[in-house]
Amino acid sequence: MDRRRFLAGTAVLALLPFDRAAATPDAMAEAIRKVVGGAVVREERVKLDMPPLIENGNTVPLTVSVESPMTDGDYVKAIHVFNEKNPQPNVLSAKLSPRTGRAVVGTRIKLGDSQKIVAIAETSDGKFWSASADVIVTLAACLEEST
Amino acid sequence: MTALRFSIALLVVFGTSLALAQGGEDKRRSGYQDMGAALQQMQDDDTANPGMLFVQQGAKLWEQRVGAADKSCADCHAAANVSMKGVAARYPAIPPGADKPVDLEGRINLCRVDNQKAVPLPLESQDMLALLAFVSRQSRGLPIAPPDDSRLAAWREQGAEIYGRRQGQLNLSCAICHDDNAGKKLAGVTIPQAHPTGYPIYRLEWQGPGTLRRRLRNCLIGIRAEPYPAGAPEYVALELYLMDRAKGMVMESPGVRP
Amino acid sequence: MANILVNAPKTAKRGDVVEIKALIMHPMETGFRPGPNGQIIPRNIIEHFTATWNDAEIFAIEMSPAISANPFISFFAVATESGKIRLRWTGDQGFAVEEQVAITVE
Repeated sequence: MDRRRFLAGTAVLALLPFDRAAATPDAMAEAIRKVVGGAVVREERVKLDMPPLIENGNTVPLTVSVESPMTDGDYVKAIHVFNEKNPQPNVLSAKLSPRTGRAVVGTRIKLGDSQKIVAIAETSDGKFWSASADVIVTLAACLEEST
Repeated sequence: MTALRFSIALLVVFGTSLALAQGGEDKRRSGYQDMGAALQQMQDDDTANPGMLFVQQGAKLWEQRVGAADKSCADCHAAANVSMKGVAARYPAIPPGADKPVDLEGRINLCRVDNQKAVPLPLESQDMLALLAFVSRQSRGLPIAPPDDSRLAAWREQGAEIYGRRQGQLNLSCAICHDDNAGKKLAGVTIPQAHPTGYPIYRLEWQGPGTLRRRLRNCLIGIRAEPYPAGAPEYVALELYLMDRAKGMVMESPGVRP
Repeated sequence: MANILVNAPKTAKRGDVVEIKALIMHPMETGFRPGPNGQIIPRNIIEHFTATWNDAEIFAIEMSPAISANPFISFFAVATESGKIRLRWTGDQGFAVEEQVAITVE
């Protein structure tokens, strides 16, 4: 590839909606597609709390909160979390109901590398909502220890 | 005469406070202070601190009768929150009738062999870690208080000598990292001052609890030195030196560390 | 004997939303790591966690190998009536344990 063609190529790339499509590896996109089907996912109502800088990827605190009245007529049915660089894209899937009272789930996860984490909530009206977080891991999970 | 004595007393008092003011406040920092808020919260909340799983298991083992004597720890020591208070804050120590220091693991095994007539627990085994976590938990919030026992001096000196000695293929001493470069970053993590305030710690790197000896072994391997064999007296010597160096700092067991 | 730490209030007012936190001792071995002999350590994870309140399901979660060792889970529930909150973890290698806590609702 000559220099001119290369530059032309980058110009085209720069016009693409880079941020979303390219930053999301295929496996995560596919895992999300399995959950949401063809539905529109809005980046609203969901809050994904994770520390932006992690000292050790083995145990990363994560809390997903979704704005919802959690009544019989309007509640969060499910919360899913995905990652883009661990061996598998699915992190967890939680099932909620009006009995859950508050659409908040907390746990701790392993991250093999700095990456984007996506949380998706499904409400009782069949709609999907999301939030994402970019996390920097300074010591990755799953390193073998010799002692 | 009285006036002179008074002035001397005043001078001593003033001199001491001046020294304190000039020497600055205690510059020692627990590794806890260098962790991010998320990990500090994990340690602070007993319902979230994974080390508490091992404390709970240790509490069960404390009550369990073992050995030919069919005795539990509780049969002799009763309630641990009274009898074990401050114990982890002063070990390693020389047990009564002995002539050399043991760390808390060594002390627990002496009890098992002598009093429970049971086999010693393998060092760093899960049951041992659980008992250590439970016993050490009883010292949380107390200052590290090494025993005032002149017989320990020789071992502390040996520990200090090892701490200051360059070793391994990287030719580093403990002091080069933990005294001279503490507070700087190594692979994204702040190099701590190496004060043993939280042991046994739940270390995220281990995904479980571990002893100070394991941490020392990790460091030795890190500088490409050959670790001392399990149960070697060098570990106890280093532990004695480190506890003395951290004298007065507050125990956090079970600590959480990256 | 499984080691489990459950934190839930002992009493609540009817209609209150209470937080339940649970820690369980488990390696959550991913199945992707080689052991000291170079062989992959077989996967050993908890796959499901469910919480019931007097036998009605209030919360459930499917876990993956990405959940940390000694898993921690926190969630909420509406205090409906006095009774038992039962937590159940199941997973690989026949893992199945249960813990329950009593709650009084006034």
